[in-house]
Amino acid sequence: MTTRSQIIQRKKIYEIPPTRKLFLGIVELLIALVILLGFVINTEPNTLTRFVMTPGGIDIGKMPDWVIPTLPTLIILTIIPALIGLYQLVRGFGRATNGMVGLSALCLIFGFITWQASGTSVNLAGMFTSAVLLAVPITLGAFSGVLSERAGVVNIAIEGMMLMGSMIGSLIGSITNNAWIGLVGAILSGLLLSLIHAILSIKYKINQVISGTVINIFSAGMTAFISQKYLQTNQALNSPPLFTRIPIPGLAKIPLLGPMFFNTNVFVYLTFILLIVIQVALFSTRWGLRLRSVGEHPRAADTLGIDVIRTRYEAVLLSGIVAGLAGGFFTLGSVGRFNEGMTAGKGFIGLAAMIFGNWRPLGAMGAGLIFGFADAIGSKLLLLGSAIPPQIMAMAPYLITMIVLAGFIGKGDAPAADGEPYEKE
Amino acid sequence: MKREPNKFEEAGQVLLQEINETGDEPTTQKRSLWSAIAIPVLAILTGLIIGAVLVAATSTSVYEAFEHSFGEGLRTIFIEVFTAYKALFTGSIGDPAKISNALGSGDDRLIRAAFNPFLESLVQATPYIFAGLAVALGFRSGLFNIGVEGQLFIGAACATYVGYAITGLPFIIHMPLAFLAGALGGALWGFIPGLLKATTGGHEVINTIMMNYIAFRLTEWLLSGAMTRPGSGGMPISPLIQESAQIPQFFQSPIRFHLGFFIALGVAWLVWWLLFKTKWGLNLRTVGANPRAAKYAGLSIGKSYAIAMAISGALAGMAGGVQILAVNRSMALGLSSGYGFDSIALALIGNNHPLGVVLTSILFGTLRNGATRMMVVSKIPVDIVDVMQAIILMFVAAPAIIRSLYRLRKPKQEEETAFVSGWGGGQS
Repeated sequence: MTTRSQIIQRKKIYEIPPTRKLFLGIVELLIALVILLGFVINTEPNTLTRFVMTPGGIDIGKMPDWVIPTLPTLIILTIIPALIGLYQLVRGFGRATNGMVGLSALCLIFGFITWQASGTSVNLAGMFTSAVLLAVPITLGAFSGVLSERAGVVNIAIEGMMLMGSMIGSLIGSITNNAWIGLVGAILSGLLLSLIHAILSIKYKINQVISGTVINIFSAGMTAFISQKYLQTNQALNSPPLFTRIPIPGLAKIPLLGPMFFNTNVFVYLTFILLIVIQVALFSTRWGLRLRSVGEHPRAADTLGIDVIRTRYEAVLLSGIVAGLAGGFFTLGSVGRFNEGMTAGKGFIGLAAMIFGNWRPLGAMGAGLIFGFADAIGSKLLLLGSAIPPQIMAMAPYLITMIVLAGFIGKGDAPAADGEPYEKE
Repeated sequence: MKREPNKFEEAGQVLLQEINETGDEPTTQKRSLWSAIAIPVLAILTGLIIGAVLVAATSTSVYEAFEHSFGEGLRTIFIEVFTAYKALFTGSIGDPAKISNALGSGDDRLIRAAFNPFLESLVQATPYIFAGLAVALGFRSGLFNIGVEGQLFIGAACATYVGYAITGLPFIIHMPLAFLAGALGGALWGFIPGLLKATTGGHEVINTIMMNYIAFRLTEWLLSGAMTRPGSGGMPISPLIQESAQIPQFFQSPIRFHLGFFIALGVAWLVWWLLFKTKWGLNLRTVGANPRAAKYAGLSIGKSYAIAMAISGALAGMAGGVQILAVNRSMALGLSSGYGFDSIALALIGNNHPLGVVLTSILFGTLRNGATRMMVVSKIPVDIVDVMQAIILMFVAAPAIIRSLYRLRKPKQEEETAFVSGWGGGQS
């Protein structure tokens, strides 16, 4: 258990514990080694890798293909993490530690793609575009976690809220034949479940992880129940209209970035809007300061006249709204129908993204993009006919989550009162 | 860090021992039987009532009847719920009329069929006992093992492999070997998150969930590659295990009741003995109940976490092993119907006590088994059991709700159900 004085101390001098320093340094060197032994050795000299820079089916914002020599690129990609790892072992990066691990991971990923596509071509832009889409539910899940955990309530029910949101979104969207109304339904279902979470964990003070588990089990059962009873027997109830691509005039024409961010799904836009809204609300308003103080030191906040219980309710309900929105993405923004268990742990990965992102919206989004990218590579490699079996590739996001957690947790910015019910004296 | 325990630590140990002996046994003598079981029993009752509401609210004939007249609607609700719950009962316990008929006729086959529902409930309860023990042992040690599902899959895969790949062993060696292989596989899968928690403080909730997904993909890959049954035509299914590896079933078809149930009871006793009758168990529970006190008493918290997760994983692996060796006899992807998540509810309802786990497992096995019959009779999806389990868990975890619903008095001292909190990982 971390005592409060330790946290304050750590925040002041920003010390990274020596074991973690060592661990991360070794990880970075291992990455270099993997690139060297896995890719560099197995590459013929003088081969070229061609990256297609325009996603399929897009006719605005085109960009010429990008052709690079495979072997020299891979060698550079080996040297970067090797140098980073050595420096990490000898001196350490301090504040930039996380970023440097991220950079090494990027080298690994990029090296892997370059090696896989040596001699042929790969649609890098398509991969980026699908990475952004895959990152949406993870990022939104992480936002949801940031909102409630900043106020001191652990929310592992995000997964369940997403699942319920995706089912309700599909159901209501199909009945009304309107994606927007379906989305409102998804949000409301997330809100309702978060209300249960709030009542159980704030009012009745039951363990927040158990309360979240209740909701996760309930959602899994309820969505499967309704799906089997109605959605599967009557397909008309499970074919909601999809949100289509909406190009933003002007910006959509930018090469590469245009198709990725400005000619895409409404959920991507909503994610960016939420990023700004949450960032400003949490860190630049009085409301946000109060919310965070409730998560750090509820007793002190209470003494200053802040209504701790009310603030926590607000935070958890907002968290539910965002989780419901994320759920809506699955059925209304991506697949177009509800399948049982279709969220496949994205809510939990969102929580890991939140931790990786240091309980901050911007960090959460960065982490979400990395996870989304890992997902995108997996599905892309299937098309490339990779030697690596798809099931093994599909493990990547989960493995990365675990490595991230091992490397970054306890870094010190977790709200101090996270997970502890508040009892008024 | 290794050092000699000093006098203060010894004094701390003695103190802790006293605390644990007097305070930590909520289910024994001190409280009356009713107050010990009131909350779970009323929670289960409420779960069944809410299940009935769900049955009525999703039945089309109820709405049609209400259009006709109000009285007709009420009557239909009653009939629908009664039919569904009657199917739940006869499908899991047995049909009294059928049993007496069968006994009267003296026909072997009829008797077997009549007693099958009850024995099948015990068959369904068997993996729950192992999985529930896994979660309960975790909770007692201060760990929330959500990874039972994955550990179960790995355990099942290991048991399957040893079951079919090794030939020529006698039953007395082969069966236990395969079963232990399952336990070992689960133990490894549990040990990894335990070790991560001990060394890096990575929270076991997230890590075990991630290990679940990795386990699913891994078994999927194994079953469609290295472990595929020859001639299965690309179906992800393993070869049948050798006869010498099978856990024997006691009766002829259709009764699948097997020795595994008694193994489960034996393991439950063993876990009880370990947790409550050995010094080792005391240390484990001390770390679970109060890591800080445990640290002052000179216990190694990280070691305790890692070992507890490995044992918890081993129990979960046994759940997978027993299911393969006794019932399925080969491994396919749809091995588990969510034992992992159910077992969390189950352990908490059973107050994380092995006896409570065994009783709740039999209840859950009964519900699961009856729900299959209910699905046939009333077309109600089996997943209604999940909903009921979530509701039961909610009420058990928040006894205040149940007490206000049924106007019960508040007990003098409220006991903790489990000890898990934020992401700090319990490390200093």
